[in-house]
Amino acid sequence: MDVPAVRLVGLWREFADRVVLQDVSVALPPGESLVVLGPNGAGKTTLLRILATLLRPSGGEASVLGCRLPREAWRARGRIGYVAHEPLLYRDLTVAENLRFHARLHGLQPAEAAEARIAELLERVGMAPRAGELARNLSAGMAQRVAVCRAVLHEPELLLLDEPHAHLDPEAGGLVEPLIAPGVARSRVTVTHDFRAGLAGGGRVLALGHGGSVAYEGPAEGLSTADAEAIYRETPR
Amino acid sequence: MRAFSAILAKDLRVELRTLQSVPGMVLFAVTTFVLFRFGLDRTSLEGDLAAGVLLATVLFAAILAVNRLFVAERDQGGLDAIRLAPVDATSLLAAKATALVVYLLVLEAVTLPVFAVFFLDSWAALPPLMLVLVLADVGLAATGALISSLATGSRARDLLVPLVLLPLLVPLMIAAAGAAEPLLAAGGPEYGRVASWLAVLGLYDVVFLLVGYGVFDFVLED
Repeated sequence: MDVPAVRLVGLWREFADRVVLQDVSVALPPGESLVVLGPNGAGKTTLLRILATLLRPSGGEASVLGCRLPREAWRARGRIGYVAHEPLLYRDLTVAENLRFHARLHGLQPAEAAEARIAELLERVGMAPRAGELARNLSAGMAQRVAVCRAVLHEPELLLLDEPHAHLDPEAGGLVEPLIAPGVARSRVTVTHDFRAGLAGGGRVLALGHGGSVAYEGPAEGLSTADAEAIYRETPR
Repeated sequence: MRAFSAILAKDLRVELRTLQSVPGMVLFAVTTFVLFRFGLDRTSLEGDLAAGVLLATVLFAAILAVNRLFVAERDQGGLDAIRLAPVDATSLLAAKATALVVYLLVLEAVTLPVFAVFFLDSWAALPPLMLVLVLADVGLAATGALISSLATGSRARDLLVPLVLLPLLVPLMIAAAGAAEPLLAAGGPEYGRVASWLAVLGLYDVVFLLVGYGVFDFVLED
């Protein structure tokens, strides 16, 4: 049987005395897509950071690509691509230098292959002409395109995407979408506020309510737009 | 090793491009020497006073770089990016400490001649003094990088680094001053007591490199 790309059982996370995620359970088969919905403060980014091995769960079980977190986080690292709120780019390095740095961290060998991969990705997102530009000079949308390149540079098995279309115009969104699409060898967890697009995309949906509790978990077809709207309208606790 | 070299090369490239740390350190050190020159109203220093002026100046100049060491990693998401990669976290600490050693060596290469012009009658002490400074730099960098990583998430970083770091550096300063004092003695360098102080400096370096290696993983945890 295939190992789930993501498996959470009763996941719990607190910051000091504030509960951010409570009793979250979900399983994502390999190659499939999970859309995480929920209002501001529902714990979506926290959930993604736990899956990215950047935060420890406070309780419950979490495993990513068959690796128990946090104990086996080291085995999952390098197999995950993460697009965060911030582009995770050094402002005083150029676009190409940033990607070369990440290629070296992820052990992309040989250097010529890494260079070819970087050139190909920049070409695909329309950033090749800006490869020599300092990251500090990029607009938010351009930085987001480069951030997507950084996240998929090492061809990860699991993509964690926090509002991947933020700052992108429709054309740029169309350019990055093929790079972050789920596939046979790649699962995807996407946090989005655009619940209509999220539900239309199919796959599984995890809707978090205020306080980080699970409002819905199941196939996208099982959650109507009206129900999703109601989750967003719920009064914060 | 690949992560170490990638992070170190990135840091040195950014420093060369932005000149955020080293020029400030050099300016601070030269200005401090000028202040000591007129404040002490002496054209020549020797022994413990010369060692104290030199080492205190290097130490406070180093604090400027220590404060900035992890700023880009925190503010620009470098820590997250590095933790997502399949690399040993201690390579980040090692790269940061090595970058700090490089900054200190550049600082000393520029300011040691200035110190000699301002305060020394003879330059004979400078070559052996460099050895003392290199050993002190390693200890300072090992401790400084660790404390910088701890303090960088705090809004009171600029206060926290000196408050925590300076007490930890007292043994290092005692050993470095003990080794430098006879080298800067009036009438030329004396080598009798230097070896034992160098051994103490070496021991300090080893202890704090091991402490950093042992605890850095926990520092990076949320």
